[in-house]
Amino acid sequence: MDEAMLRSLTPGVLGVLVRRGADFAAAEDAVQDALVEALRVWPDDPPREPKAWLVTVAWRRFLDVARADAARRRREDLVDEEPAPGPVPETDDTLRLYFLCAHPSLTPSSAVALTLRAVGGLTTRQIARAYLVPEATMAQRISRAKRTVAGVRFDQPGDVATVLRVLYLVFNEGYSGDVDLAAEAIRLTRQLRVAVDHPEVSGLLALMLLHHARRASRTGPDGALVPLADQDRRRWDTGLIAEGVEILQTALSRDRLGEFQAQAAVAALHADAPTAAATDWVQIVEWYDELVRLTASPVARLNRAVAVGEADGPRAGLAALAPLDADLPRYAAVAAYLHERDGDRSTAARLYADAARRATNLAERDHLTRQAARLNTR
Amino acid sequence: MAKYLLLKHYRGGPTPVTDMPMLDRWTPEEVSAHVQYMRDFAARLESTGEFVDSQALSPEGTFVRSDGEGRPPVTDGPFAETKDLIAGWMVIDVDSYERALDLAAELSAAPGQGGEPIHEWLELRPFLTAPPTITE
Repeated sequence: MDEAMLRSLTPGVLGVLVRRGADFAAAEDAVQDALVEALRVWPDDPPREPKAWLVTVAWRRFLDVARADAARRRREDLVDEEPAPGPVPETDDTLRLYFLCAHPSLTPSSAVALTLRAVGGLTTRQIARAYLVPEATMAQRISRAKRTVAGVRFDQPGDVATVLRVLYLVFNEGYSGDVDLAAEAIRLTRQLRVAVDHPEVSGLLALMLLHHARRASRTGPDGALVPLADQDRRRWDTGLIAEGVEILQTALSRDRLGEFQAQAAVAALHADAPTAAATDWVQIVEWYDELVRLTASPVARLNRAVAVGEADGPRAGLAALAPLDADLPRYAAVAAYLHERDGDRSTAARLYADAARRATNLAERDHLTRQAARLNTR
Repeated sequence: MAKYLLLKHYRGGPTPVTDMPMLDRWTPEEVSAHVQYMRDFAARLESTGEFVDSQALSPEGTFVRSDGEGRPPVTDGPFAETKDLIAGWMVIDVDSYERALDLAAELSAAPGQGGEPIHEWLELRPFLTAPPTITE
């Protein structure tokens, strides 16, 4: 039995049931039952059309439960109006699931969990492990999310930007154990790109691929963080980089710039540089200017200050940093870096230690502590 | 087997044995050796089946209490200097209290400046467990 194949079929089947009017939670239960049935029956009797088979079994299961339900009459009316299950049309129902799972009524963490469950076809246990929470906790989070979207109908296209944000959240969660969330996010974004013709979907996919390409070089053998400038560029995945760049170029040629395309452009310029010193910082500053124009995000301004520091010298970088809020995440680290390059080692050391105290993950904290230590002891 | 909590503190606790400066005053190599020691320690306890969980905590903490319904919670502000701050914890599951003491002592001997053990104070707290089920 090909588990990956089953997983790839799940969202489509779920989408058909939801489109036919099944309540999301009930549809999900029915699809799970169909999957269990498939695992039992298929080894001896493989179906000719696996997806159609699953739809038929899941729909029958949904009807069984619906008939037995307290709201029997209402659902039976629904069944009367709907066509009987027949051949499965090749419209992409998965798309509805993306919008359902990224519905604005859900909190980001619920949206992420529901997306992984419904669109990604991951088990609750796998999602729980990836987030290091007990399975029962994750099961509750998912069923609460399902209740939240229970009454939502889909007759208008949702907001692509919201879906992309959810997928980017998944990507940034990294990975642990048997589920690689970054790879999962890439898989889902690829799938979305087939269904939605929007340059920002391509922008996000390119961004993910370009980040992912550097993954092997981002940590040392002892788990310590390796900053971009010190990474072994021979370990970058050139295949992923080439794919990311090509996807980005096609997106950019449509002249509908968005924040993910701009971020991907920055990542592409880094990926393209043979050495850290050969990085085209002037162009990177220009892309950050675009990003600031598009989002007015303080984080984009902070990153822009770093790029300005590289393009025009540390003084210019510090000047770009000056108007920003010192409480921004990573502000102290950026200030420390620019002060060191400007020759002010003691201020830099103090700021690195300050940044270490504010770090939100262990690898980052240890890295910043080492930076402070380096300046304090040399 | 019984579970114990090993607490590392940023400050607070008994007077330190050595007059060790903050981590950022060590050399980067000393910092790395210290971190590696703790990582190896956890890995070894995993292999002996005595490791349960470990987490590091940010030094930024806030005391919060309710100030009655309809009022915002009272916090003590961002001034953390006077608090006994917990730096992180490790939970172990061991056969005896003696074993827990041994492991705590071993963790306390993590290398510091010049590779010398830092002899930091660690707090060891047994977990309270659910009452046993009495079957007649």
